Formats: sequence, C-alpha cells, structure tokens
Amino acid sequence: MRQTIVRNVGDLPTYGYGPRSGPWWGAMGFMALEGMGFALAIGAYLYLYAVNPNWPIGAPPPDLWPGTAEVIVYLLSIIPNEMTNRAAHRQDLARVRTGLIVMSLIGIALLVLRGFEFAHLNTRWDNSAYGSIVWLILGLHTTHLVTDLGDTVVLTVLMFTRHAKPRKFSDVTDNVFYWNFVVLAWLPLYALLDWVPRL
Amino acid sequence: MPVRMRTALVPFATLPLAACAGRQSALDPQGLQSNHILQTLFIFLIVAAVVWTAVVVVLCVGLLRRKRSAVQPLALHQGFERTSGHVVFGLGLATLIIVLGLSIVSYAGQRTVFAKNEHALTLKIIGHQWWWEVRYEDDSPHQSFVTANEIRIPTGQPVKVELESADVIHSFWVPSLTGKMDLITGQKNELQFTAKNAGVYRGQCAEFCGLQHAHMAFAVFALLPDEYGRWRDHENQSGTSPTDPLGKQGEQLFRARGCALCHTIRGTLAGGQLGPDLTHIGSRTTVAAGTLPMSSAALGAWIADPQHIKPGNNMPRMPLQSGELIAIIHYLEQLK
Amino acid sequence: MSMVAEQRELRDDSLNGLQLSTRMDSIWRTPSGFSGALMSVDHKVVGRRYIVTAFAFLLLGGILAVLMRVQLAKPESTFLSADKYNQIFTMHGSTMMFLFAVPVMEAFAVYLVPLMVGTRNIAFPRLNAFSYWMFLFGGCFLWLSFALNVGPDVGWFAYVPLSSLQYTPTKRPDVWAQMITFTEVAALAVSVEIVVTVFKQRAPGMTLDRIPLFVWAMLVTSFLVMFAMPSIMVASTSLILDRLVNTRFYDSSSGGHPLLWQHLFWFFGHPEVYIIFIPGTGMVSAILATFARRPVVGYPVVILSLIATGFLSFGLWVHHMFVTGLPQLGAGLFTASSMLIAVPSGLQIFCWLATLWDGRPVYRTPLLFVIGFILIFVMGGLSGVMVASVPIDTQVHDTYFVVAHFHYVLIGGAVFPLIGAVYYWFPKISGRMLSERLGRWNFWLAFVGFNVAFFPMHILGLIGMPRRVYTYTADMDWAHLNLLSSGGALIFALSFALLLVNVIQSLRSGTLAGDNPWDASTLEWATSSPPPPQNFDRIPVVKHRDPLWFDTESMPVVAGLSVERREVLLTSLAEAEPQVREASPEPSIWPLLTAIATTVFFIGSIFTPWAVLWGTPPMAVALIGWFWPAGHKEDEE
Repeated sequence: MRQTIVRNVGDLPTYGYGPRSGPWWGAMGFMALEGMGFALAIGAYLYLYAVNPNWPIGAPPPDLWPGTAEVIVYLLSIIPNEMTNRAAHRQDLARVRTGLIVMSLIGIALLVLRGFEFAHLNTRWDNSAYGSIVWLILGLHTTHLVTDLGDTVVLTVLMFTRHAKPRKFSDVTDNVFYWNFVVLAWLPLYALLDWVPRL
Repeated sequence: MPVRMRTALVPFATLPLAACAGRQSALDPQGLQSNHILQTLFIFLIVAAVVWTAVVVVLCVGLLRRKRSAVQPLALHQGFERTSGHVVFGLGLATLIIVLGLSIVSYAGQRTVFAKNEHALTLKIIGHQWWWEVRYEDDSPHQSFVTANEIRIPTGQPVKVELESADVIHSFWVPSLTGKMDLITGQKNELQFTAKNAGVYRGQCAEFCGLQHAHMAFAVFALLPDEYGRWRDHENQSGTSPTDPLGKQGEQLFRARGCALCHTIRGTLAGGQLGPDLTHIGSRTTVAAGTLPMSSAALGAWIADPQHIKPGNNMPRMPLQSGELIAIIHYLEQLK
Repeated sequence: MSMVAEQRELRDDSLNGLQLSTRMDSIWRTPSGFSGALMSVDHKVVGRRYIVTAFAFLLLGGILAVLMRVQLAKPESTFLSADKYNQIFTMHGSTMMFLFAVPVMEAFAVYLVPLMVGTRNIAFPRLNAFSYWMFLFGGCFLWLSFALNVGPDVGWFAYVPLSSLQYTPTKRPDVWAQMITFTEVAALAVSVEIVVTVFKQRAPGMTLDRIPLFVWAMLVTSFLVMFAMPSIMVASTSLILDRLVNTRFYDSSSGGHPLLWQHLFWFFGHPEVYIIFIPGTGMVSAILATFARRPVVGYPVVILSLIATGFLSFGLWVHHMFVTGLPQLGAGLFTASSMLIAVPSGLQIFCWLATLWDGRPVYRTPLLFVIGFILIFVMGGLSGVMVASVPIDTQVHDTYFVVAHFHYVLIGGAVFPLIGAVYYWFPKISGRMLSERLGRWNFWLAFVGFNVAFFPMHILGLIGMPRRVYTYTADMDWAHLNLLSSGGALIFALSFALLLVNVIQSLRSGTLAGDNPWDASTLEWATSSPPPPQNFDRIPVVKHRDPLWFDTESMPVVAGLSVERREVLLTSLAEAEPQVREASPEPSIWPLLTAIATTVFFIGSIFTPWAVLWGTPPMAVALIGWFWPAGHKEDEE
C-alpha cells in the first residue's frame, strides 16, 4: 500500500522521565504485582491470626526496636532519595553520584538492621504457623530490599564509568521510584509484624 | 410447582440410569435433602435449556436471514446500530434478572438443604486413607461403638454426621441422600440428612486423597426404625467368640500373626487402632471399603495379598500358610 | 548536555522504498546462526517459539488425556496403575493450565500485540526472551521429572495436607511447586511487557477507543495475571518451605490450616480461568469482525464487559470451596457473585450475535470455529451457573459434571477460538494459507468429537461418578457413557492430528498469503506476511478503529525515526501522542544465561535450601551482564 508521511517525529527526545518512559511503566507493573504479593502475604497472616485463638503462637511478640529503627531510617532515606531524583532530572552527574553512594550505604545499613530484626523476632520459622508467616513476610520484604540495593550499587558503579550517558539519568529516577515502593511497603508490614501480635 | 416440573422431566432423568437401581445417583433421590437439591437442579436446567435454545435460534436466524448485498464493511446502517444497542442492553438486563432470580432460588434451596435439626441422631465419621471409621457415640459409653465402611441409620429421622479426618482431606458423599461435605484435617464439619426410604445407598470419597482414592467407598443402610434399633443393640455387643476348633485357631492366629496390632475386635484382646474395627466384619457386605463384595474368597484374597487388590494401602501383606489363612477367614466370617 | 556529541544521524525520512526496507531489516534482524538464534529478542521470533512450544505441550497433555480415556473406557481396567493414573491426571491438568493454555495466549499476544498496535518490538524484549526460556525450562523440568517417574501425583491443585511431606514424602510435589514458580515468572514478565507495550508503544493516533479488541482483551488478561499469579507464588513458595525447611503454614497441629492453601490457590485459580478465556474472547472479536464483514457491534460494551469480567473474577474463588464447611450466608453471597459474571459474558455474546445478525458471514474455517465456540461456550457458561449454586454444587462438585463443565468453558471458550485464531493468523505468521478443506474436516471432527467426549460426563457426574478415580467397578453402570466419552475423545484427538498435518503441509506447499488475505482491518495486516524484522518500515498513524478499512488508498505514516539504531516510538497513554523515540534493546545472550542461572537456582532449591545462597551470585552476575551497556549505538548519546 502507498504510504503518506503525515508527521515527522525526528525532533522528539530519545529518552524521557516518569510516565513518558517505558521502564517507568515497567517498574509500575512490577510494583503492582509485588504489592499484590505483599497484600496476599498480609492476607495469609490475618487468616492465620483469625483461625488461631492464641496469637502469637508460643512466642512473645517481636522486639520492637529493630523494626522501629528501620521505619525511621526508611522514612529519613526519602530525603536523600528525593535529592538524587532531582539531581538526575537536572542531569547533575556529580550530585547523582553522591546521592547513589548515600543510598547504597543506607541500603547496607538497613540490611544490617534487618539482620537484627530476624534475630529479634523471638520465633523461628519452624516453631509454628505464626513463626512461618512472620519469616515469610520479612523474607519477602528483605528480597525487595536486597534487589533494590543491588540495583543501586550497580547503577552507582555505572555512573562512574564512561557509560554515564544522559539516558542513564532516567534509569536513576526509576531506581529512586522503586526505592519509594520498598519504603512504602515496609510501613504496613511493620505495623503487622510488630504491632498486631501486641493487640 | 417444582414438583410438577420434576414429574415432567422424569423420563429424561431416569433414562441414563435405567439399569442403576438407586445405588449412587443424584438423579435418584431417596433423602429429603437430595430431593430438594434435585428440584433446584431442575429449575436451573430448564432455565439453561431455554437460554441455550434461544441463543442457538438467534444465531441460526442471524446467519441464515437474507443479507444486504456486498458493501463496504464500514458502511453501517445507523438504525441497526441504535436498535442493536438497545437490544443488547435489554438482554443484559434480562441476564441480570435471571441470575438474581436463580441466586434466590439457590439460596432458598441451600437453606432447606442445610437446615439443622437439634434432635438429629449423631454419629461421627473419620476419614482415613482409604477407609471410613464410623463412630456411634452415646452419652453412655456402653452404648457407644465403632464400626467401619458401613453406616446404618433409621429412615425418617434426621441424622447428623460429624466429619473429621485422620490424615488428608476426604469428602463424604452419598448422592442419593444428600450432597457432599469435606472431611478436613484439623477442622470439624457436619452434615445432616434424612433418608426417606429404606434401602442401601452407596457413597464414595469425592476429594482426591491419594493413591487409592478410587477405592474409598462406603454404604449407608437406611433401615426401618425398629430394625435399626435391633441392629444397634446387636452391633453394640462384642464379637461372638468362636466355638469350633477352626474358629478358635483363627482367633489365636489373628493375634499371633499381628492382625491385632492394627485391628480391634471388641471382647477379645485384639485392640489395634490403626485399621478398621472388625468386631462385626462377618456381617459387612464389602471388603476393603467397597473394593470387593464380601465373600470367603474375597476375604481370603484380601488378607493373602492386600497390595494386589488395593496397591499402596496401609495393610501389609502377612506371610500366612494356606491353612492359617483359612482359619482366619473362618474366624472373621463368624464375627456377625 | 555537554557529554553528548551533537551529531546528525540518518533518519527514515531521507530514505525510501526498498532502500529503507533493506536498511531497517539489517538493523532489526536477528543475528544468523545458532548463537544468533539464542540471542534473539525479536517478539516475532520469541512469539513463534512460544506458540510452537505451547502447542508441543498441548500435544503432550492431549496424549495424557487419551491415555486416561483409554483407562476409563471400561470398568476395572488395568491399562494404567493407580500410581501412573494419578501422575497422569496431575500432569494433564498442570500441563494444560500452566504450560499450554496460559502460555499459548500470552504467546499469541507476544507475536500479535506489537503488530496490532503498530510498533517494532515488544516493550522489554530481553525480558521477553528471558520469559520464554523460563517457560521452556520449567516445562522441560516438569516433563523430564515425569519421564523419570517423579511426576507430580497430587492433582494440579496440590491440596495440603496430601501434598505435604508427611503424606507425600517424595520429590513429586516439589517438582509441581517449582514448575509453578517457573511458569509464573514467565507469565508475569510477559504481562508487564504487554501492559507497557499497549500503554506506551501504540501507533500515533491509536487512542484508547481505537485499540483492537484482541489487544484490549490481552491488556485485561495481563492485569489479571499480575494480580492473580502472585497468589499462587505465595502458595507454592509456602508449600515448598513447609516441605523443605519445616515451616508450618499448612500444619494444623502447629496453628496452620489446610484451607489457607485452598483460599490462596483459588484466589489465583479462578481468575486463571478468565486469564485463559478473555484472550479467547479477543480472538473471537478479531475473527468475527473480519468474517462477518463489519466491525463488532458494541465496541465499548465489549470492552466494559472485559473489564467487568476481570474485576468480578477476583470475587468468586470461594465457589470452589462450597463443600469445605464455610458459613452458609457467605457461601450464598459467593453464589450470587459467581452468577453475576454471566452478565458481562452474556453481553459479549449478545454483541457477537448482533454482529453476525447484521454481517455478511464468510464461512471460512476461523468463522466455523467461532460458531462452534458460541454453541459450546454458552452451554459451559450455563452449567457454570449451575455449579455456582451451593446446593447443586454439593452434588456435582468433584464429579464428572464439573469435568464436563470446565472443559466446555475452557475448550469451548478458549481452544475453539484459539484454533480459529491459528487458521486466521497462520498466513500472517508463516506467509502461507492453511488448507480450507482440511480446515473444515478439522472443525467438524473437533466439534463432534468434543461433544461426544464431554457431554456424557455431565450425566456421569449426576449419576455419581467422582473425579480423579483411576477405575470404577462394573456394577456402577458408568461403563457405557465412559466408553462413549472415550470414543469421542479419540475423534477429538484426531482433529488435532489433522491440524498438525494441515500446518506441516501448508508450511511446505501452502498458497502464498500476501499481506492481507482476509481483507481484515487491523494493523498486523498492513505489513508483509511474514512481517519483516522491523514490522513496519514506517510507523503507521491511526485515524480510525479499523484503519485498513478506513484508509484503503494509502496509509498515513510518521517519519523521523533512526535508521542507524533500533528505535521505537513511545506515545502518550490515552491519546497516543508521540512523546519519545526510545532505544530498543539489541539481541543479547544474557537473558538465556540468566534463565539458566535461575533454573539452576530453582531446581537446586528443591534439593537443598543452600541453593538460595550459592544460586544467587550467578543470577546476579547474569543480570548485571544483561543490563550493563554493551557500547552499542543505543547507549551512545
């Protein structure tokens, strides 16, 4: 069939930020399905909570301090995260590098805290269904933490190489975006794991 | 009204089961509950048949009616687009009304079927891989007894079965009397039903429960109330002690060859809890949860090699000489 | 930015005709040779593999079905042992659901959606390649296990506690659970790709109300996958943890509960039915418009019905659990919600009937399958209304009535449209037509065989035959109907053999198809058959819901995309206004290597929990390789 050129898109940029870029929507998609995974794990917790007259089963509730400390660090981490985001939008390579290093260090710190949290759950995964679901939920979130940390570290290294091209700034903003999801996911989980057993 | 519909449909309903005289069929209701369910089913069936036929008629007329001559696919007739929109909307509304109506019919049926009677005769049924433990429990321990794979109930009286599982999930189903209910590990379920007529109603496990799920049947004997009373008095008694030498030898071998480790025969030293209670095995109609019809031969074949008849079941093969086997069979057959 | 060297690259407005085609072809082509094939990220190559693999699993699953029908054809048959039979029905269900039905629908979407929305490749092509490898490895893992006599034998639903270590102390349930993980990873990845492709890569002008119905169907399906499949992931993970490291999720002596499994399983399992059925409706809409020679009546009604079906499908899982002793009122509500889904399904049927009513039907094989679909699926839907009723369900649940019902729904609702779709799109994919004569035979054998095989099962269920029994006694009076059913199954199987013959013959000597053999209206027909690696030399501009019927003289296109590197045009979500010329990934071996590393991780972890530790570093390395810029053109600005 004959073709008629009705429009020229040659002037369009070759990368975009946020909803203009493909990877941002990909991240959205994965967050949606991972969020569903969290929701279902919470559902499973509440189901077990509902069918068991004694909760937590055969164990004291988790110690509060590691989870609470994580909440504080997570919430504070939004600040450097957002600064990194803005630097990426401004394509300010130096600041992006700093921001990514800071975020990597925060991730590592949280991972250490997470280790303490596991140690202070006061139950093992094989003690009871309570122990199992608590370990599963915490494990699920830890997987997200580790994945995002890995992504951040790789991106940090990348931004120090010759590959630190402008379109990589878009990747940085997606990484920032995903971190917010990890933070956001933690808040209900914290309430569930640390406070519901105290009800 | 439903009853009349049912009568109209009887020829259809009985067609496929002409040969099958009410053994295990939802189309052959012999209980109050199965009867209600069948009535509900028929209402649904009629609605479904009408809807399906209507769809087919519209489809055929639509395909066969005279069409406009060939035109551009996009040259649509605005009148048709508007009308069809209205018709589709109307049919959607009709669908909504039908399903809401059917939901109400269904819920009414559900309430009848699951109605509870406080004075029901209660028994407990525990599912095992792959047999049924039946416990008749009474306030007085002297009136409580255990049997297996056969359930006897009085006609006309509501019966409540409490359902539990000793291992995996099973499902209790006697289609001629009522719908099924699962036996779930760690949960107590119950089901009530009333047999209208005396008869034998076969049931079968309906939830896949492992290797021999296919061989986990049982029978419900609905007896006239006084007959039921006599049976219960008899069943409550201990097993009859053998008087002849062969029977005595059988009883002795039953213990010596390890049968008694798993099976109980009340009134004897045999008190095993793993397998079915055999106190009155001689009066049962099948062997191995409905796998074989009861006979000396079947009993013999079963004891000689249970793994051949029902591979994977939990009864081990015991090394027995043929004389010993005959003695045990003889003993068991006496346990009426 | 200062880093960017301002350079003028060659664009497609400076080339024309053959010159442009050749140039685009060389950029988008999959590298030649074996290693090139392993690196391919072309959605058509991956989609074709996906389709062929899914059909191979259909063949295997179908053979199992025939074996079961042989066993059940007569009472007390010893053709199969109980152990084999239980493995076989588990393998049949698992294969058909996880390795055929869902993947084949996603496979068609992988192939068709980018073409139908007018773009050059799917979003995240490397993830797409990875998804295929995961699907392939997961499927092979399951079938190799079966060949080694460790095929799962606890049903495709794997109810606990039967599937727990205590009652099944073999590796069989672990194989099942991990196969789930494989296929769900694959399905979830494809879903995200489809969503992003539809959201961001539609041709300029393809506003939301111009998206082809098949694409809408796949979009809704993708969302269903994204929200339903995490449930089975949580379930299978917790099952494997129970079996492997002694967690207690389903151990009722330690606070666990077997019904938790059933809730999680069916929260996925019911939407799963719609994950299979909704793409079928999309195929029906596509075929119907072409062969009724007019657009489907009620485009917005169909779309709203799809979306409504999607939402409702999450609110009726409990109807699989009516006999588990739930509270009565709650169960009654689930009856109503289950029946309610008849409304959107009905609306779609009415729209299709109206389309045929007004259209001028062309009776080619695809249309025959659509008509067969209507007849069968409506019956399946109506028996579905029956099983949604609590009292009726207490009788028919877990009997052959339900087996009949869901085969009417799944084969009627998805396989008939699918085979119609094969006849419809085969010319596009292969460039050759399938034989009409064999096609008619194929249809009639399938239609008759199917009904003879499955209709008697309704009655069998009502006269007391439970599911999943490997045999039955002669005095049950089930023998005649079972024999009839088995005969029908053979005829049905024959129809698939005919399809295979037809495909092989046509591939060798079928009539050449040309770009648009059916005079269809959607964009996949605007390019050659099979399409070139770049799909379109220039990206089309869409001005109508049925672009090829609307612009019959010339096709409006955009220019200005690169001819030096892979580039796709991103457009806005609602209006499809051009926004970004985004780079599209080059072929890469890393998705395959990542899939291999993940496979080692998954399979290793059913033998030892330590696999989680030693299995992770290779995966991480492969992922870094995947995402690390290779210094291609795509990264150089």
